[in-house]
Amino acid sequence: MGNYIATTASEQEDMLAKIGVSSIDELYGMVPQQLLVDKLALPEGLSEIEVRAAMEDLAAKNTVFNIIFRGAGAYDHYIPAIVKQIAAKEEFVTAYTPYQAEISQGILQAIFEYQTMICELTGMDVANASAYDGASAAAEAATMCRDKKHNRVCIAATCHPDTIETVKTYCFAADCEFLIIDAVDGLTDAAALETIAEDTACLIVQQPNFYGLIEDAAALADKIHQKGGKLVLSCNPIALGLLSSPAEVGADIAVGEGQPLGLPLSFGGPYLGYMACKNSLMRSLPGRIVGETTDADEQRAFVLTLQAREQHIKREKALSSICSNQALCALTAAVYLAVVGSSGLREVAEQSAAKAHYLAARLCAIDGFELVYKGEFFNEFVATTPISAEKLLLELEKAGILGGYPLSNNTILWCATEKNSKADIDHLIALTERAVSQCD
Amino acid sequence: MRLIFEKSRQGISQSILPSLDVPKYKFAPQLQRKTAPRLPQVTENDLSRHYSQLARRSYGVNTGFYPLGSCTMKYNPKIDEEIAALSGFAAIHPLQPPRTVQGCMQALEQTSRLLCEICGMDEMTFQPSAGAHGEFTGMMLIKAYHRSRGDFDRTKIIVPDSAHGTNPASAAMNGFSIVNVPSSADGCVDIEALKSVLGDDVAGLMLTNPNTMGLFDKNILQITQLVHDAGGLNYYDGANLNAIMGVVRPGDMGFDVIHLNLHKTFATPHGGGGPGSGPVGCKKILADFLPSPVLYHTCCALDFAAPPQSIGKVRAFWGNFSVIIKALTYLLTLGGEGIKQAAQIAVLNANYLKSLLADDYDLAVPGICMHEFVLSLERLKKETGISALDIAKGLLDCGVHPPTIYFPLIVHEALMIEPTETESKETLDEAAACFLKLYRLAYDDAQILHNSPLTTPIHRPDDVSAARNPRLKYQF
Repeated sequence: MGNYIATTASEQEDMLAKIGVSSIDELYGMVPQQLLVDKLALPEGLSEIEVRAAMEDLAAKNTVFNIIFRGAGAYDHYIPAIVKQIAAKEEFVTAYTPYQAEISQGILQAIFEYQTMICELTGMDVANASAYDGASAAAEAATMCRDKKHNRVCIAATCHPDTIETVKTYCFAADCEFLIIDAVDGLTDAAALETIAEDTACLIVQQPNFYGLIEDAAALADKIHQKGGKLVLSCNPIALGLLSSPAEVGADIAVGEGQPLGLPLSFGGPYLGYMACKNSLMRSLPGRIVGETTDADEQRAFVLTLQAREQHIKREKALSSICSNQALCALTAAVYLAVVGSSGLREVAEQSAAKAHYLAARLCAIDGFELVYKGEFFNEFVATTPISAEKLLLELEKAGILGGYPLSNNTILWCATEKNSKADIDHLIALTERAVSQCD
Repeated sequence: MRLIFEKSRQGISQSILPSLDVPKYKFAPQLQRKTAPRLPQVTENDLSRHYSQLARRSYGVNTGFYPLGSCTMKYNPKIDEEIAALSGFAAIHPLQPPRTVQGCMQALEQTSRLLCEICGMDEMTFQPSAGAHGEFTGMMLIKAYHRSRGDFDRTKIIVPDSAHGTNPASAAMNGFSIVNVPSSADGCVDIEALKSVLGDDVAGLMLTNPNTMGLFDKNILQITQLVHDAGGLNYYDGANLNAIMGVVRPGDMGFDVIHLNLHKTFATPHGGGGPGSGPVGCKKILADFLPSPVLYHTCCALDFAAPPQSIGKVRAFWGNFSVIIKALTYLLTLGGEGIKQAAQIAVLNANYLKSLLADDYDLAVPGICMHEFVLSLERLKKETGISALDIAKGLLDCGVHPPTIYFPLIVHEALMIEPTETESKETLDEAAACFLKLYRLAYDDAQILHNSPLTTPIHRPDDVSAARNPRLKYQF
């Protein structure tokens, strides 16, 4: 049993004597006696060897897929070795929020560099130090847009289902009207925005959307602006290496799930909600923000700033209660972006798109497989399957492949990244052809 | 120090990707971005050295003593990191078929069972990603509960003035109006003040116990009973659970819903600001409202399902999973006895350090404390001009991370000190010597303290101009 306690029994005796009590129990003298628990129903502690074995047993009950064609909000991109090494540095891992700037310049500068990179990717003026994940970042962005006169949040039906659910939950909390904007052919129906009232706070759109399709975000921005609302665009950051930035299409706030930038799948978390906005919204942006200043000797220095927005100052008047965020994930994403650089990020995006289009072409050459939507897609697409999705995916699973995400029994959302080689895709196609022929 | 962008050079490229082995796909020009993002172009060696330099300019628990009150900066065991990085956890896609993720689900279930036992709760969700996210979620459970009973008039949440700022903010995010009640001088709930605000418009009370003065509220049973009698529910802010885990349970104190900070109490690292994890536990009466999904047993396996009256989701997928794995590894290492001992030694260490300082510094409240204690430097400031901030900056030159300063708000010139159980007597003795040295310095040569810190990479930064003329990104 380990407990990481650093005092010996005799030291503890000396300490009790110095305090002037005779036992540790005496220190709990103000706890009502009837509340003291004798012994909880918890297991005995374990040695490191035992605990490792127990946890490895649990891990072994999961299936690790080496070849993944599933995205749907969590993407299997390659993580360069140096990203993991840097993100594991103890000084970053074991620090708290950098309240003491003088001894936290490293973390503060890393976050400042991250904020800069997010602004570069999105084209926005200001980014925060992160939110919990992409879905909650979208919900926080909606909060930024709301006021007494604008208490309706619209979200495109083509957003990730978890994003829709999360925004809906935050709206329930805030007693705010929540409206889903329907889609036509897998794309947000701009015409549906004609009918919404003028007091709408915002429209949340995902780019590329949940089905992998590229939305006409510029048209949607125009429409929602005509209604007096703001456009919140939730973008896959890898796609931003290649496709139009949120600023270029007229978005007011850019958010998204930063997981593709060097974070492992880890069964869904911790991931990274990135958030950036125009200057005009700067003082509504929630969470930590790092700013550059100087110290007493005019040296460059970094500090947490604009804290008048935050809960520890504003308490119940704060727009958000966020305190801890995903700082280490943000640092990881910054390292990833620095490793690949601008051309590398574009290359990751181009390769992911190329592989997905190759996969789509090969798949749809098989009878009964067809693209469900005709729109332009990035690295995900929805295709029909002539045999049950469950059966096909099971066949792939037997070969160690995690196939696409089943949306129904005859449609699958496929995904490819730079990690999927042509050989992997060809293998997938061969297995699929065989599975189909066995069902004939 | 130069920024990574200032180390960037044209012509540097990475060698991570293979050549494209399928036909290139061309997007129409109007879909492509017009200007490339200006990301740094550096070699791997440049990058490695850059972040090593940044690491040297950072301070973690691994660097030295970190008695940051309310943050429980205990040692983060290395085995926890290795386990979370196992491919059987780290490489698992969140949307894999349930039969392929039974290990993940069992880990969640096991952690839930252990934490519910420690807290005296019945059910738990792991979706909340940090303490404040847990508060937000827990407050929403209270809102949903009252609404499900057709009770729409309970619009108020009672929060003591000694509470963490996240408490009122999280309640307000749920549309509640906040009733601040004054604390008595020891930070405990003023029973008469509480009684005066209770009524059928009260949805609940948010409380941390031990409170932010480091005291266990001896009237806790009366307090929670009064709220229940008024039809409200009791919310427990788990920030200070490290003092009492294994000794006394929030559920037994009368709390209905609780959030934990796995990154405090259960030794998962804080990462310079996150990721944390803020699971929410609740009594049976609130279980039907928990965020979707929760785990349930089928005949022979675990699966996810939405609770019948779920509030919905508060984020994507299932939570900060790898943080939960680290906490489980810690829980299994300590076991029942270790958990209790950790709390006891945390309390012992706090009282010992307090006893070393109490002859010189003024305690905000006298007597025995729990896992942390608060000093008031009001008199020192009056007599010497040296503030809590000055002492904090002086500690930086001693190689000690300063305590939390200017919190709780009810104490003037507050220093809130939480040593945790993983510090040795020697460390506490050395830290006390630093505190006492600075105290004497305040009287002998206050100017030195006004100028401190002197040994850190930068001296005191200009916070005012940072906020007035915000420079929030690099100017290329």
